[in-house]
Amino acid sequence: MTPLLQVENLAKFYGARIGCTDVSFDLYPGEVMGIVGESGSGKSTLLNCLAGHLPPDRGAVRFDTRTDGLRDTVTMSEPERRMLGRTDWAFVHQHARDGLRMNVSAGGNVGERLMAVNARHYGDIRSSAIDWLGRVEITADRIDDRPTAFSGGMQQRLQIARNLVTGPRLVFMDEPTGGLDVSVQARLLDLLRGLVRDMGLSAIIVTHDLAVVRLLADRLMVMKDGHVVETGLTDQVLDDPQHGYTQLLVSSVLQV
Amino acid sequence: MTEYNFAYLDEQTKRMIRRAILKGLAIPGYQVPFASREMPMPYGWGTGGVQVSAAVLTPDDTLKVIDQGADDTTNAVSIRRFFQRTAGVAVTEKTTEASVIQTRHRIPEQALRADQIIVYQVPIPEPLRFLEPSEVETRKMHALEDYGLMHVKLYEDISQHGAIATAYAYPVKIEGRYVMDPSPIPKFDNPKLEMAAIQLFGAGREQRIYALPPYTKVVSLDFDDYPFQPSKADHCCAICGSTTSYLDELITDDAGGRMFICSDTDYCATRVEDAG
Amino acid sequence: MISVENVSKNFVLHNQGGTTIPVMAGASLHVAKGECVALVGASGAGKSTLMRMIYGNYLTAAGRIMVGDVDVAQAAPREVIALRRRTLGYVSQFLRVVPRVPTLDVVAEPLLLTGTGQEQARAQAAELLARLNIPERLWGLSPTTFSGGEQQRVNIARGFAFAYPALLLDEPTASLDPTNRAVVLGMIKEAKARGAAIIGIFHDHAARDDICDRQVDVTRFTPGLAA
Repeated sequence: MTPLLQVENLAKFYGARIGCTDVSFDLYPGEVMGIVGESGSGKSTLLNCLAGHLPPDRGAVRFDTRTDGLRDTVTMSEPERRMLGRTDWAFVHQHARDGLRMNVSAGGNVGERLMAVNARHYGDIRSSAIDWLGRVEITADRIDDRPTAFSGGMQQRLQIARNLVTGPRLVFMDEPTGGLDVSVQARLLDLLRGLVRDMGLSAIIVTHDLAVVRLLADRLMVMKDGHVVETGLTDQVLDDPQHGYTQLLVSSVLQV
Repeated sequence: MTEYNFAYLDEQTKRMIRRAILKGLAIPGYQVPFASREMPMPYGWGTGGVQVSAAVLTPDDTLKVIDQGADDTTNAVSIRRFFQRTAGVAVTEKTTEASVIQTRHRIPEQALRADQIIVYQVPIPEPLRFLEPSEVETRKMHALEDYGLMHVKLYEDISQHGAIATAYAYPVKIEGRYVMDPSPIPKFDNPKLEMAAIQLFGAGREQRIYALPPYTKVVSLDFDDYPFQPSKADHCCAICGSTTSYLDELITDDAGGRMFICSDTDYCATRVEDAG
Repeated sequence: MISVENVSKNFVLHNQGGTTIPVMAGASLHVAKGECVALVGASGAGKSTLMRMIYGNYLTAAGRIMVGDVDVAQAAPREVIALRRRTLGYVSQFLRVVPRVPTLDVVAEPLLLTGTGQEQARAQAAELLARLNIPERLWGLSPTTFSGGEQQRVNIARGFAFAYPALLLDEPTASLDPTNRAVVLGMIKEAKARGAAIIGIFHDHAARDDICDRQVDVTRFTPGLAA
């Protein structure tokens, strides 16, 4: 089986400071990997390097493209990378306003990716938008409302619909439930789980919330000071952590 | 003529602008940055168009200037006088007699010829501006032909108004490559953009020049199920009776009385003359 | 079906001066298809630890743990996940679910994960819940609000939704009333009858004697406790 994403010795430095370094892993189709660590551990830097938002200083990020098999997205041309960004990849930002066009209607937000890959039939675009709004539990009568009129949880669901409408194979998520009420988080988590299961998505989720990764991620990568200190099956890493830092992280979680 | 260099600008500046024009003609629809000069008129009054006109005018040219189709409005009159004084060129109100036409917001009704140049005054050259405020990002989008956003604008129009409500500055795609703002001409004029004359666009405040060589392919953006439709008021001209020209609506009294007349004053006057 | 060979495990507590606690050594155990084996031994002897190692929840330091043809001690995460999806079921003592997800969907999930259609999965889940006497009015609610016994039954329904060839049961009859206890024992017997290899921990000795073919005392795998 070919991995969907193959990361080899990835490193990013900010001057003399380490963003992240020596990161290698394979992600297979349908797998959900969590990346945890405290702020400044390099997890967001890593995610941005993987998603092509930041150029890494070293290493390769190979993606199994539909036409040419594994291609290094680091050395790929910008148009090719952007094309991936609006077709096979999706990026869910922590703050919905970073991932949405706040002055464009919900339908326009969902339709943009379709139009970017040359959908030119208004009726078709609109019915796709309605379908996707439904899947993220936004009723069709809100299609012409702007995201500014939506609650935080709805905005986040809209962002997910906007990202998934082109049927991506790999979704990058940066703290997707951060900043939401706990009750809203639960609904979003269930939605994400269902979408990942039904669409066979692969996903990489960056979060500092161990409860979120336990519910969403199959595998876990623990980062500290830009290094990967531990990897493994999510429940194994959380229940039987091997590295001192992971043990500290797990034991620091407040019990409810 | 001793007070000014020919056509006001110094020769170095005109050469710089001509280079930008040539580059623009070589890459139709691409916005070429240029070092826009201070002109003796405020921004928004056609400083971009004036600089382009100054760079292409020769002493043998005949200049016509229109504003919204009319030769007799303040803006048109001032610019025409400006070049009479600084370049000493002949001026005309007749579309057929002009070799260079500077325009604001219209294309003349009379089809232009291969020996003519039309210069558009452009307020905002970037068609993506109101959708994506970052110039860095819009330039990248042009470079990568990342134009999904342009259709988002049209989508929003249809979802809000049931039709593409953009009536002027209607975006076009040039030779299947660059998306371009045709300046705030009514979309009625869009089909005329494929013409025999050279078309030059100048934006003074924004410091951009772009161009269309003769017979460049210009396609107005649309959807398969909402095709582009050039539109005009559903009337005929109250003066010349034309049913095919673009009309201005005039309110004639406080009781809601109105009339429709040709926006192109020369076209209208010529028709009246020919009839009389 | 399940074969544990000379397995050992230590816990290293890095934040407590790197203390190493050996918890298992030389553990070996074989369970054939259709066989049910009970793990016995005093509390703290490592029954749950061994079970978690077989499930891949705890890392194994040395030895082999074969479930079908996969060595859980060596397998990559995705292999363990595939194994858990189609081969190895686990009914733990605790129900861990996304809050606010209806009980019916919680039980149907293992079926959805293995490709059963939405309708069919829900029908099967409903059947299991009915059999385990969870009142239908609760099916649309999240099990997080249920009583201990109800949660336990939801957990069992979920664990038995898919016909896994191997099953790990951690106290499946604890906190159940006699009626439901009988239902669960019936379900375990059915699993045995269809050929599932089962390893269980039962404090309920009557239940253990009723369904288990033999017992394995884990005390002999516990360093310091073994004679």
